[in-house]
Amino acid sequence: MTSSPYLNRRTLIRRSAAAGLFTIPAVGALSSCASGGDDGDSVERQEATDSNPFGVSPDAELEVVIFDGGFGDQYALDAEEIYQGSYGSVDHTKTTEIRTRLQPRMVQGDPPDVINNSGADAMDIAALLRNDQVHDLTELLDAPSLDDPSVTVRDTLMPGVVEMGQFGSDPVYQFNYAYTVYGQWYSRTALERLEVEYPRTWDEMIAVCEKAKQEGIAGWTYPGVYPYYFNFTLYPFIGKIGGADVLRAIDNLEPNAWRHDAVRAAFEAYYELAARGYILQGSPGLTHEESQDEWNQGRALFIPNGSWVENESAQNTPEDFEMAVGPPTSLDSSDAMPFETIWASGSEPFFVPADAANVPGGLEFLRIMLGAESTRNFTELVSSLTCVRGAADGLTLPPGLTSASETLAAAGDNLLIPRMPDWYRQLNNEEIGGAIAAMMAGEIEPDEAITRCQRAADATAQDDSITKFQHI
Amino acid sequence: MEVRKEREAASLPPTTRLHLAAAFFLPPRLTPQRVRYDRRYRTLDKYRFITWFLSLPLLVYLLFVVSPFLQAFYYSMTDWSGFSSNYTFTGFENYERLWNDDKFWDAMGNSLVLLVLAPVITLSLGLFFAYMVNAGGRQRSNETVSGVFGSRFYKIVYFFPQVLSLAIIAVIFARIYSPRSGILNEGLGAVGLDSWRQEDWLGGDLALWCVLAVLCWSFVGFYVVLFSAAMSSIPREIYEASLLDGAGRTVTFFRITFPLTWETIRTGWIYMGIQALDAFALVNVMVPEHGMDVVPTYLFEKAFRDGQAGYATAIGVALFLVTLVFSVLMMLVGRRDRIEY
Repeated sequence: MTSSPYLNRRTLIRRSAAAGLFTIPAVGALSSCASGGDDGDSVERQEATDSNPFGVSPDAELEVVIFDGGFGDQYALDAEEIYQGSYGSVDHTKTTEIRTRLQPRMVQGDPPDVINNSGADAMDIAALLRNDQVHDLTELLDAPSLDDPSVTVRDTLMPGVVEMGQFGSDPVYQFNYAYTVYGQWYSRTALERLEVEYPRTWDEMIAVCEKAKQEGIAGWTYPGVYPYYFNFTLYPFIGKIGGADVLRAIDNLEPNAWRHDAVRAAFEAYYELAARGYILQGSPGLTHEESQDEWNQGRALFIPNGSWVENESAQNTPEDFEMAVGPPTSLDSSDAMPFETIWASGSEPFFVPADAANVPGGLEFLRIMLGAESTRNFTELVSSLTCVRGAADGLTLPPGLTSASETLAAAGDNLLIPRMPDWYRQLNNEEIGGAIAAMMAGEIEPDEAITRCQRAADATAQDDSITKFQHI
Repeated sequence: MEVRKEREAASLPPTTRLHLAAAFFLPPRLTPQRVRYDRRYRTLDKYRFITWFLSLPLLVYLLFVVSPFLQAFYYSMTDWSGFSSNYTFTGFENYERLWNDDKFWDAMGNSLVLLVLAPVITLSLGLFFAYMVNAGGRQRSNETVSGVFGSRFYKIVYFFPQVLSLAIIAVIFARIYSPRSGILNEGLGAVGLDSWRQEDWLGGDLALWCVLAVLCWSFVGFYVVLFSAAMSSIPREIYEASLLDGAGRTVTFFRITFPLTWETIRTGWIYMGIQALDAFALVNVMVPEHGMDVVPTYLFEKAFRDGQAGYATAIGVALFLVTLVFSVLMMLVGRRDRIEY
């Protein structure tokens, strides 16, 4: 190449790139890191009294972030009103993007005081726990309840709520305000029209589905895009057949937990639905909304779901639908647990960050939310049960919710609380969900589905990057 | 010549050198007289102008583009969760894990299939349509080459998908692929291809091809416009000459149009390849969580669902390297002499 006295384009680029390389270290020093520092100016605790058990400073500000999903945020605004009556002002934020908005603040060590960590964009609680970023709520549970100082908060709660906040050890890190009943959701009207009773054993289930098939109605539909909806009935089904220990072993990622006979029996029963053609055609590719619509329009009898479905599908539910939920159908009379056994547990998690400026205020706010006034208000506003015992007594509830509380009452202590969905979300949603999706779409047999589940569980157990939990 | 220069520079008296250096950092009006009349001043002035002119944009670029890249290399060697300011340095542990991660290789495989097929299909279609629109039509009396009938109309129609954002396209196509109400299954049924209907287009093995189809559909229009612009700058005389020599449409395309638009095609190839390597919006919106992954969606899941920002950054670095290798390969492979016209 000839050397020209003028600077041509190519040399310019080459030289400026070289110059750039030298400047990089300097700029690296200038720019701050993505993971910033920690600033800790927190409010001091006052003397604790009976009415102020956490010693909330009367004028300290409280910052609450509410997930603006199916439940909206009015219930929280009302509870904040009560809080402001006794303490400082509340800074209220509602958002659907919990993680997007709050992750940077968690990293900076400057989080709000109460977070409603819910929705598709929720923060991974296990990751937060790994770095001790969540405050232990035990003192809240042992504090006197708002309405009756002689009863602790712990004793006002529904079964399974405290457990749902525990992650393999005694401390309780999150608090599930709503209470969800999972099961086989159906329309009483549809069953009446078919002149059948709610099936209590699997033989009855097959008979009901067969009868429906002759009428051109599918027995089941499900959201194949989110196949882990099947887990809402499949897990308690497994638990009923083999006892709660089978589910515990699965949650604890024990070797061969999936190879238990109860699991095989449950998988084979579900596969029978697919093999006999009782599943609504196209279900493997439906979203939750689409499958609920099909079910609302009477094209399928049963759908595995949780008690939020009534509110979520309210717009498309016919007037005479008479939504109801039943416990997962038992296999037969040799089952380890009674027919009434269901999966019911807290949902809609709240937590107080460990770095929050006003931790006592956050605890007090949660105590107020658990008071009778707030819980009744919540149930009336969003037609969902809360985690407080008897909070919905005397309220007029819509049919689905009435059925849910009846089913819950009938279950008594026969509750199952699988932790797979919140302990190992990836395993539950992707791997087990994927295996069940393939089985229900008829692509694989139960044997292979079980093998896939076991292989995925083993992989999770061996993966050091995933925090493990154990039932206590 | 180089040697002479060096000797010259070395023999400069220290004071002169100091003056020259000072002048480099001073505005022109403050240039010392001595330097101004120096014979090296012209070179100095040129470099001074360019350096000062470029320094600000370069600084912005370094701060907001290069420095995050470098930080990413560092974070990829930590166990940072993404949720706190605590992390420990773990060396190449994340990369070792990446090497043994079957799911990552599945995602990489899918990404590579898209990387190879999406540009081939999109660019071929784009070229074909652009050629038909610009030069593929029947010969008319007053023009040497012209597009097919209604080519102006087509040009606009092809561009339509480009107006929609990818997220919207993904939502629309998720509806199209929906098994019960989707237009695809209905359409197959309507033309008697009932056996082709699927219960689930996007959850299983077909998902990759479904995504590929949408990717190509959404970008073809852009390339039709791009290649049309490139083709319209080819001088008409060249076409005339080839017509006089008796070349048909196919020969004209391969002997004239294709070589003369090669530079544009190559740029388009790189751009489309990077789009295919991304495909994040499409896969994230259309494909269910248990379905297929491409590298960016896998990265996103690790970073934001599983709280493993450190590992996710390592995936990001791997993706960066693949992109880099692809671009460099394309630049080298397609190198030819430029034809000036």
